[in-house]
Amino acid sequence: MIILGISAFYHDSAAAIIENGEVIAAAQEERFTRKKHDPDFPVNAARFCLEYSGRSINDVDAVVFYDKPLLKFERLLETYYAYAPKGLKSFMMSMPVWLKEKLFLKKLIWEALDTIEKVDRKKVKLLFPEHHLSHAASAFYPSSYERAAILTIDGVGEWATASICLGEGNKITILKELDFPHSLGLLYSAVTYFCGFKVNSGEYKLMGLAPYGNHNSEQVKHFVSVIKTNLVELKEDGSIFLNQDYFNYATGLRMVYDDKWKQLFGFPRRNSESLIEQNHCDLALAIQQVTEEVVLNLGKEAKKLTNADYLCMAGGVALNCVANGKLDDAKIFKQIFITPAAGDAGGALGAAYAAHYIYYGNERKVDPTRLDGLKGSYLGTEHSDMEINTVAKKYRAPCKQFETEDALVEKAAALIAEGNIIGWHQGRMEFGPRALGARSIIADARNPKMQKKLNLKIKYREGFRPFAPVVPIEDVSEYFEHNDISPYMLLVKPVKVNRRIPYPSNFSAKELLDKLYFLRSDIPSITHIDYSARLQTVHKETNLRFWKLLNAFKKITGYSVMVNTSFNVRGEPIVNTPEDSYRCFMRTDMDYLIAGNFIFDKKDQPEWKEKDDWRKEFFLD
Amino acid sequence: MDFLKDLWGFMKARKKWWLAPLIFVLLLIGILIVLGGSSAISPFIYTLF
Repeated sequence: MIILGISAFYHDSAAAIIENGEVIAAAQEERFTRKKHDPDFPVNAARFCLEYSGRSINDVDAVVFYDKPLLKFERLLETYYAYAPKGLKSFMMSMPVWLKEKLFLKKLIWEALDTIEKVDRKKVKLLFPEHHLSHAASAFYPSSYERAAILTIDGVGEWATASICLGEGNKITILKELDFPHSLGLLYSAVTYFCGFKVNSGEYKLMGLAPYGNHNSEQVKHFVSVIKTNLVELKEDGSIFLNQDYFNYATGLRMVYDDKWKQLFGFPRRNSESLIEQNHCDLALAIQQVTEEVVLNLGKEAKKLTNADYLCMAGGVALNCVANGKLDDAKIFKQIFITPAAGDAGGALGAAYAAHYIYYGNERKVDPTRLDGLKGSYLGTEHSDMEINTVAKKYRAPCKQFETEDALVEKAAALIAEGNIIGWHQGRMEFGPRALGARSIIADARNPKMQKKLNLKIKYREGFRPFAPVVPIEDVSEYFEHNDISPYMLLVKPVKVNRRIPYPSNFSAKELLDKLYFLRSDIPSITHIDYSARLQTVHKETNLRFWKLLNAFKKITGYSVMVNTSFNVRGEPIVNTPEDSYRCFMRTDMDYLIAGNFIFDKKDQPEWKEKDDWRKEFFLD
Repeated sequence: MDFLKDLWGFMKARKKWWLAPLIFVLLLIGILIVLGGSSAISPFIYTLF
């Protein structure tokens, strides 16, 4: 049985294909179109999935879209009705989108698929599972658990904004849902907006900014109190009630009422790209603390309702790895599995799983010895040495080919140990927002200047943003207060106490930039200001070459931990093809590119010339 | 036609009959807006709709 899953039309469109319950390929459309968070129908991703699996669209049993458009339309109408006459402008603007496109989704999907190959509409079924069911399926079915609680939290699907489900065998039972407009995801996005970051992509920055807030300060306590008193009511079962007097998203074109928020917090909405002040850091910390409290409550409620030993998580809020780390620390569950593509892109995979197990009722076999069924999330495109060589020839780019894998990793490890920054393009591209060692930029975590250099000269992004460590699973507890897997970089854990450097006196009174350049540990580039790190464990079963690289680095330096960040610049989707990688390598201050078995030394490359300023190619995120 | 069939099936499943006149009126207004030539580009900060 072959099923093609699709997510599209909102943000992060993607396609995924599964065959007899096994995922064969999955990719986000943005990687092909080079448009970050591309919401358009994923024609390129779907074509890739079909080609990779060696199937025609007419071999597919069902195409599954990740939510129910009519249910979403119902929510839209009921919302406008409830708030009328408020929201008229928004209604006038949204109706054309719906009446011209979204209501006729079936037609849209068929026509888009026809551009790949004419679809036999009598043979191929078109199915529409609910949004949160797709999320739940994306987390539970590939997990190695026979029985688990499932928690999905995001902005909004059709009606639901969060759900607690029970996964058992091939079944998912929805036990509890929280409905729009009450949404933890939208609350977090509202603060993201108020702090001057872009909704739907800047949430990460807000999370990264939170540790710069002054813990236990009066201002943070005050902000938490303001949030809980005026914006959101927290219930013990994890549900929340948002005071719509302060939010504009239900009917308006903005997230919040700027003036009311200014009165509440005592400072205006920050303009994008303007200076970040302590107020913003403290507010980021306050909303992070509130978010963690809600996630913890939801975790406790999920345990109460299911009495399960394990928890699976998905939805955009499941990408809040700080909250995930706190939930893991609470030991409510034996283990937590967070699906790597937890956002809407992962809905494509979840929709396909939901059809396979729920609609068709296929048996689910769980192998508890396996990490999970997602193959390390390396589900995307891969490129042969011949293709890489073709790119080298096109750009007259001198390069050297390695004969053996061992020679390659030893050279790469030596270069990193000397302080070089390397673009690492290897194997199949990752599915999901994190680079996990297939399309990564890697560097020495011990180097105290690395964070600044990577942020400002390689990624061209805000200096405060932290970098994540990557470590072989066997060594994780040497560096972090964690002794379990974290293969998808979705858990934040503290750096070992004995590796930390104590804060200097009067640290909390220092300016943000002064705090930033304080050395936090013996692996400073991946230690955030609060001694935390968003860690990725590397497993030889899923990425042998990367695992070997870390061990080769350990042989030279005694350290098996490195910086791993996504292979892109700010606003750019992560690279896909060798050509994307070479272009990104040449546009930045990276020292070497290692693609497949080839190494490109920046010093040997011809001068990089472009007609236009490439920085204008990408919208800042 | 396919759409109307789906809409009817949806109404039956959801049993929110009170929404029917609302949908009808809103669809009419919506059609007028579409005929009025408004852009079909989603203008929202957050793509809720």
